[in-house]
Amino acid sequence: MTGLDMAITAGIWTLEILAIAVTVALSVAYITYAERRVIGWIQVRKGCNRVGPAGLLQPLADGLKLVLKETIIPTAANKFLFIAAPVMSLTPALIAFAVVPFGETSLFGLWETPHVMAIAHLNVGLLYIMAISSLSIYGILMAGWASNSKYPFIGAIRSTCQMISYEISMGFGLVTVMMLAGSLNLADIVHAQAGGIAHWYMIPLFPMLLVYFISGCAETARTPFDLVETEELVSGYYTEYSGMWFATFSLAEYGAMILISLMTSILFLGGWYAPVPALDFIPGTFWLLAKTAFLIFVFIWFRATFPRYRYDQMMRLGWKVFLPWTLAWIAVVGIFIYTPGLDSIINFWMPWR
Amino acid sequence: MLKRAFKTWFLWELLVGLSLTGRYLFRKKITVEYPEEKTPLSPRFRGLHALRRYESGEERCIACKLCEVVCPALAIIIESEEREDGSRRTTRYDIDFTKCIYCGLCQEACPVDAIVETQEFEYATETREALYYTKDMLLANGDRYEKQIAANLAADARYS
Repeated sequence: MTGLDMAITAGIWTLEILAIAVTVALSVAYITYAERRVIGWIQVRKGCNRVGPAGLLQPLADGLKLVLKETIIPTAANKFLFIAAPVMSLTPALIAFAVVPFGETSLFGLWETPHVMAIAHLNVGLLYIMAISSLSIYGILMAGWASNSKYPFIGAIRSTCQMISYEISMGFGLVTVMMLAGSLNLADIVHAQAGGIAHWYMIPLFPMLLVYFISGCAETARTPFDLVETEELVSGYYTEYSGMWFATFSLAEYGAMILISLMTSILFLGGWYAPVPALDFIPGTFWLLAKTAFLIFVFIWFRATFPRYRYDQMMRLGWKVFLPWTLAWIAVVGIFIYTPGLDSIINFWMPWR
Repeated sequence: MLKRAFKTWFLWELLVGLSLTGRYLFRKKITVEYPEEKTPLSPRFRGLHALRRYESGEERCIACKLCEVVCPALAIIIESEEREDGSRRTTRYDIDFTKCIYCGLCQEACPVDAIVETQEFEYATETREALYYTKDMLLANGDRYEKQIAANLAADARYS
């Protein structure tokens, strides 16, 4: 490989990374806007509609405000960890997008075979996502610890418990996907769901879809499970943060929400495939983003609908409901796969067999 | 039993809740966009105070100081003297709107309908001093809002 080739490859990668990171950051800004509008509508209000046409410039105004605000570092805090914590929580939220396939394109017939649009074509993409999304807990733990204040500390502990508990049922939920798709590569998982809505994994794995999505709510500390940042903890692990570092935590949280929605679409809702094969002429990226947008709307809808879980109820749901349920479903799928006679049913969703 | 299991495992109650909020999503919104839109005000609305005059231009207030006595917030300060024509008038009538609680007791106490509360509520200022209204300012309020005040008093007259 010559130096020029390497430079070109590096340039393309940089462009790809920028394209995704900037898009994620912008989407986060407009998800906060959408969240305020949708929750407003559900509460029979109009929501923010003042800044710019229909309030569309509101996220920019908010961002500007946060950038201009003073960053206060408490004297009792550990300065290094205090600054490192938001970075530690944002980084995993962004690098997880590296393996997400955003669709398939042949570049209007330029390439003979369609290429999967992802930065890294990792064969263990699913494991990578699981590993990286568990990493985000360190940022929260560090924030709670470095603040040297009681409420952030309690918030960080709650957050840690919650994430670890729900990670397990999430992981077991993904095992069933793995069993059907026969691969950990996200693109292969989507390919296994080709051929219309009946082939999507939400049909055979519907309980796992629910478990995965609800665990996703818990994982990103969204409303029914947002007791990490409740009022009694004065917004939990980021109580002591202000200005841009505070915004970094929000960015990470909303980035994780986008990731969970994307993953749910890819793993259970057929990724970039249209619900009916006849509609496949519409670019796959559109379908993927439409499904993701719908799931993000569901996140917001949940927030406008459900009251918060109590801590023990949340733990009960994670360990006593989701965990046995996912294990049972793994057994059911396994029995279907290995029992002669029954495997003809399950083969419908396992085209690679 | 079976019904209960069905409701539990298919998250029935959660779906009911979601459908309710989903329906509210499309409801007509009740937001009033304040500076452009305003809600209707009752004739009894208790806003900024005003001192009224008779049609002849003579001020109504006779300095009986009932309002000063009844004021629970001690916001009214009155000083009075005998005027040249022998009538009793105020030389000072100040209301401190940083103290006033807009209870309307001064309006009720007044035997000659001199001190009244108007429907004006947009008089926010940037200093506390500007909220200290003197007799001249209150009289000016009365001149400015006399039409509105008279109409409101007439509308409410049959209940008082």
